[in-house]
Amino acid sequence: MNAPFETARLHDCRDAFVGMLEELAAANRDIVAVCNDSVGSSKLTGFRDRFPDRLINVGIAEQNMVGVGAGLANGGKVPFVCAAAPFLTGRALEQIKADVAYSQTNVKLVGISSGMAYGELGATHHSIEDFAWIRALPNVPVIAPADRLETAAAVAWAAVHDGGCFLRLSRVGVPDLFTEGHVFELGKANLLRDGGDVTLIANGVLTHRTLIAAARLAARGVSARVLNMASVRPIDADAIRAAASETGAILTCEEHTIFGGLGSAVAEVVVDSCPVPMTRLGVPGVFAHTGSANQLLDDFGMSPEAIADSAVALLGRKV
Amino acid sequence: MDSQELRFVASRIRRRDLQAVFEAGAGHVGGEMSVIDILTCLYFNELSVDPAAPLDPERDRLVLSKGHTALALYVVLAERGFLPRDEISTFLKHRSRLNGHPNRVYLPGVETNTGPLGHGLPVAVGMAKAAKLDDRSWRTFVIVGDGEMQEGSNWEAIMAAAQFRLDNLTLIIDHNRLQQGARLSETNDLAPFRPKLEAFGWHVEDIDGHDHSQICHAVSTATGTPGKPKCVVANTNKGHGISFMSDNVAWHHKVPDESQYRQAMAELMETGE
Repeated sequence: MNAPFETARLHDCRDAFVGMLEELAAANRDIVAVCNDSVGSSKLTGFRDRFPDRLINVGIAEQNMVGVGAGLANGGKVPFVCAAAPFLTGRALEQIKADVAYSQTNVKLVGISSGMAYGELGATHHSIEDFAWIRALPNVPVIAPADRLETAAAVAWAAVHDGGCFLRLSRVGVPDLFTEGHVFELGKANLLRDGGDVTLIANGVLTHRTLIAAARLAARGVSARVLNMASVRPIDADAIRAAASETGAILTCEEHTIFGGLGSAVAEVVVDSCPVPMTRLGVPGVFAHTGSANQLLDDFGMSPEAIADSAVALLGRKV
Repeated sequence: MDSQELRFVASRIRRRDLQAVFEAGAGHVGGEMSVIDILTCLYFNELSVDPAAPLDPERDRLVLSKGHTALALYVVLAERGFLPRDEISTFLKHRSRLNGHPNRVYLPGVETNTGPLGHGLPVAVGMAKAAKLDDRSWRTFVIVGDGEMQEGSNWEAIMAAAQFRLDNLTLIIDHNRLQQGARLSETNDLAPFRPKLEAFGWHVEDIDGHDHSQICHAVSTATGTPGKPKCVVANTNKGHGISFMSDNVAWHHKVPDESQYRQAMAELMETGE
């Protein structure tokens, strides 16, 4: 592993999710959690102990889980439907489309252990298609927070947002990138580091690696801008256009297939209104081999060093 | 409303449905004729719903999971004042609120968007659970087709409804024995439904799904078991009321020609007056 992770400083964003959810649920009795036997893996044991009636476990039945969420919303509840991201978004995709997106119900979909968090368990347990699947649907904002503070902020936002959304959470440890009291704004990128030669855009667990890459680039004399783009849909087109015109090149980095994810969403804006050279890093359209999430990210060219190398190569394509 | 009045209303709804299918040149007339008596009894005798307050939190919920028979629901909702009666003539027309499957965003009175099969019952389980959480008395009804019961999502919901002890939930199976391409018995024969639902912990009523007094009794609080969700197996005929359509698999979504339309209308007039 190339990234200089210091284990003591890393946080599992699920803890921030349930911490905020419990805090919100204490103040709003309509908030309920729905899960598919995933009480432990969704870290909902504390929620269950505090609000036993409001933890609705449908068993191993993801289609029913999302439908039940839509029905609870119809009945005035604010359901957070929590399950491992591959099963939530894959098995129940038609329920997400018909019962949540098309019916415009107030269902908060929470994909736990997304991306390649279940690395060694194999590609059935990877969720590297969910940006593509969910962002193709109207009415369901797609959000991938980068650290525990952004996770908590996104959960607080979701609870008061009038409509559905998809929160894509990981279990892979990440350090703090934001400060306490951070407020999530849908459709707004965060400028984490300014620079003029190239822009690196990432979200989720990749934001941390991208920031390290930017520091490495600085040592090599390259000034890289870093944008955290938690909100994949709606996406911050203004920030992308500004990055294109001010830095002339954009590299995207995501724990997702390069087909249809963050890089594609950025490229759609770029090609429409501000064509500049781009590089899209991600899983290159394959089922991943055996390895931990961090090993796989390294293998797919997303170690901080490899990200920096790709950025330098991209600079050579600038016009 | 007594059974005689319900019969008149149901006949009027059948005729309006048939006319709209004929004029639109599309629809699912067979399944509409089988479900209309059930919808009529619910909307005119059982459901607490108000077109002036379609989102009243205390309203009863009705989910038409067999969403391809949306036209039957539209005509019933029009008869109950949720939309103007003359709007039925816009069925399937460009930019009409009345597309081929019900849409709650377009039309007050529709609770959830259905169309793909096996969606309504899980959503209805969530509704009934919401009422239980708040200790409210409103009830949830969901109508599924018998062929639709082949969708696995329904059995997920059947398990959960029993586990959650949702005695405020009523599942009505429109058991017309036909699915789009063939008879149930020639496809995946789920019948009889009673033992299967009972094995999952449900209270089950088996009725004639075209007998208004039987429907009204079965869906009312007069039947049921505390702590158990209720299933009403409504034995119906696809294309009911029209001799050449009745129990004929060809009429899933076939459209009558002029002479068939006149004959069908005459038969419905005869039985409804």
